Amino acid sequence: MAVPGSPQRIPSGERVKARVLESEDMSRALRRIAHEILEHNKGIADVILIGIHTRGVPLAERLGREIEEIEGQMPQVGAIDVSFYRDDIGIRRPKEIAPTELPFDVSGKTVVLVDDVLFTGRTIRAAIDALVDFGRPDTIQLAVLMDRGHREIPIRADYVGKNIPTSANEQVRVHLAEIDGSDEVVILEGQA
Amino acid sequence: MIKHLLSIDQLVPDQIDLIMRTADSLREVGTRTIKKVPALRGRTVCNLFFEPSTRTRISFELAAKRLSADVVTFTADARTSVSKGESFRDTAQTLQAMGVDAIVIRHSSSGAPVLLSKWVDASVINAGDGLHEHPTQALLDLYSIRERFGSFEGLRVGIVGDVVHSRVARSNVKALAKMGAIVTLVGPPTLMPPAVETWGVEVTTDLDEVLPKLDVAYLLRVQTERMNEKLFPTAREYAALWGLDRRRVAMMKPEGLIMHPGPMNRGVEIASEVADLERSIITNQVTNGISVRSALLYLMLGDTTGSDEDPEEDIDG
Amino acid sequence: MDRVLFKAARLIDPASHTDETADVLVFDGLVQDVGKKLTSSDAEIIDCDGAVIAPGFVDPHVHLREPGREDEETVASGSAAAARGGFTAICAMPNTDPVCDNATVAEKIASQGRASGLVEVLPAGAITKGLLGEELASIGEMTMSSARVRLFTDDGRGVQDSRLLRSAMEYIKGFDAVCAEHCEEETLSHAGQMNEGEFSSMLGLKGIPSEAEEIALARDLALAHLTGVKFHALHVSTAGAVELIRAAKARGLRVTAEVTPHHLVLTDAELVGYDTNYKVNPPLRSGADVEALRVGLADGTIDAIATDHAPHSSEEKETEFELAPPGMLGLETSLAVVLTEIVGAGVITLPEMVERMSTGPSRVLGLGGHGGPVTPGGSANLVVFDTQGQWTVDPSRFVSLSANSPWIGRKLKGTVLHTVFQGRLTLRDGELLEGALV
Repeated sequence: MAVPGSPQRIPSGERVKARVLESEDMSRALRRIAHEILEHNKGIADVILIGIHTRGVPLAERLGREIEEIEGQMPQVGAIDVSFYRDDIGIRRPKEIAPTELPFDVSGKTVVLVDDVLFTGRTIRAAIDALVDFGRPDTIQLAVLMDRGHREIPIRADYVGKNIPTSANEQVRVHLAEIDGSDEVVILEGQA
Repeated sequence: MIKHLLSIDQLVPDQIDLIMRTADSLREVGTRTIKKVPALRGRTVCNLFFEPSTRTRISFELAAKRLSADVVTFTADARTSVSKGESFRDTAQTLQAMGVDAIVIRHSSSGAPVLLSKWVDASVINAGDGLHEHPTQALLDLYSIRERFGSFEGLRVGIVGDVVHSRVARSNVKALAKMGAIVTLVGPPTLMPPAVETWGVEVTTDLDEVLPKLDVAYLLRVQTERMNEKLFPTAREYAALWGLDRRRVAMMKPEGLIMHPGPMNRGVEIASEVADLERSIITNQVTNGISVRSALLYLMLGDTTGSDEDPEEDIDG
Repeated sequence: MDRVLFKAARLIDPASHTDETADVLVFDGLVQDVGKKLTSSDAEIIDCDGAVIAPGFVDPHVHLREPGREDEETVASGSAAAARGGFTAICAMPNTDPVCDNATVAEKIASQGRASGLVEVLPAGAITKGLLGEELASIGEMTMSSARVRLFTDDGRGVQDSRLLRSAMEYIKGFDAVCAEHCEEETLSHAGQMNEGEFSSMLGLKGIPSEAEEIALARDLALAHLTGVKFHALHVSTAGAVELIRAAKARGLRVTAEVTPHHLVLTDAELVGYDTNYKVNPPLRSGADVEALRVGLADGTIDAIATDHAPHSSEEKETEFELAPPGMLGLETSLAVVLTEIVGAGVITLPEMVERMSTGPSRVLGLGGHGGPVTPGGSANLVVFDTQGQWTVDPSRFVSLSANSPWIGRKLKGTVLHTVFQGRLTLRDGELLEGALV
């Protein structure tokens, strides 16, 4: 496992340009999003959180726990892998597929998709296509930790942790304790 | 992932692991109401079968359809001489002109898929060539073993029966050895391949002696249609000496598995009631066949970049 | 006819035990003079600059495919390929269509050889009618014909019936001709595609065990001993076969043997990949067999290197392995393969190579005028070759009508510079004389 405090998974040759979110900022943002979800949906009845692999999953779980602290009840939390629904199959080498776990019916429910970074919007498009193959939710909402702009598809988030302007060739990396050993969000220098 | 799958020789253990893990996800898709994902939408997979086979053909068809690919089937007769019928090369050129993305080929001639891969741009998958190999069968067999045992290191697998005429045996010996299992071949001496001492396996005629040590008893169909010469006296004698009956099953380890590539000759290599025991995972093999073949199609056709770089994570969010 | 003076060549002539720098003067179909610093007022001078001059190569085992498969090779194209390979005489196998089992076909082939005028074409005659292994062919008629057939074989097959073979040998002996056998016991080799061994086992191809050749050879040698015929073993391929021939010679039998360049170099490992250019009969064998063949070649158990040049069309070769006919080209690559892989590996010396490719095969065929000696008054059938020139085998440059060679793409050393047939240059600076290709 990664050493806490040290940035992980930065390919050699890329420099950290800025750290835009520290650990406490992240907790506060998630707490606020949890409140917003409850406010918008007037409670957690029929609310399901579905995390998009990879880092959307631990975020969804954290949101679930935040909601439990506020409402005293844990919403249903699932995980979805969108590899089979991507629009770049054959163009980009596919990454490892993770398990999709949706052990409940999504039809008639309020589904909140959860992801770490909203960028072009293509992953969310794939997630929506995957979701409707499982059933017919009443509404689909989107919660993201970071929105970095540069949409290529008309997708918008309902709940945003932080908006950060970036240039297209920069990379935004979210690190989570569950996977990377620490909580932070960094911007990496784009590769020439 | 490799462009053509012609032989197990082409895969390293890491790639086999990747295929297994991807098959896990495709198996999950098979449990949904909508057993389909759009990953290979618009691609065409051609089943080119020169030998009759309903099971393998349907397995590949379902595997392709699970990924939303289109499937066409081209049944042809294997030629008996150069002058009869359309030449293999002409058939290949026809498929090339039709622009299919992948060709799954079963042929009675060892090496036919290698030849095909030289003539077409499509990915070629060997679904059984002569006596040579049946790589996807070995992969689904590995997957089925993994489902029960988790890993292969040190696992003792016995392959019983007509090894010399079995492409399934050749692929499985290679695949199991690659993953660290220990293989023993069991059967009459006339059904063992020449130079078997170079295969890196143990060989014995005594099934009773080796059965209690096996984690997996893999039974081969006694292929009467392949044999022109009498290589053992009668089916009855074969069953008595190498058939897996109730008495022999009792000698196996409690967790020992029984496997068979199908179709079975009930009463010859396997007693009828044995085929239906819980430790006999023959029907799991069939289910797993679709998941594994699906995973293979996804990995082979889904990755045409030819790049070795690890993909960026989450850059398209 | 013009005089030609080859200057400053390294003359290797086994028949006269010569290996030294020399000039060779050729005129009117004969060697006129051999010596150092020869002069001639009107001769064309060809400066050999240390290249080897030797008696022209003789190939006792070639398939010309005419009559019957002129799409694969003709007497003319095969002769051209031979001239390019440095050969001045070739023996054409009888498995044509119709089979060369009578005087008419034999004379036709011989006359076509004369018409193309590039090498001496000796038709071999079949032992049995139609190569069916049932009745004797018109052996006497063929020996007496203008083709003067002096070697009989059912090559492609061996004669399976022992009693028939015994009769054939007695008959052939009566004409003082050679009985040559393709040794293969067909019940053992039945449906076999390659050597039986670890490779055939893993490739899922039916194998031909070494014993299929050795059993037939042992029987043939016993019958040769019984009948006293001159016996020649075609394309020997196994260690066991070499031992049988060595023992037979030690017992004083009139036995000769040949081996192909491919059996001296390639093993059954080449079949991984199912490339039918490596499919041949007898098949490529194991490393141990290759080693034994090399020893046999070096110690004289094997008398001759023969190519078994076997052209096949690409439709027939580019097909399922079981359906592809066995056979490989050899005439245009023989010298380079042997120089690079056999002389280059120290198995035999350069003079021994010349002996096995020229003098030895001449002796096997009982052929006068070829194989040396290169001395004044002798027939001018010569080859000039260099031993250093590197080249890559390219099928588009073959003059053979076919392209089924296992050496395609390989880098070899050694090129034929000039070939002289009956005093005329059939090959000059690596190019065939004008009008040679029809």
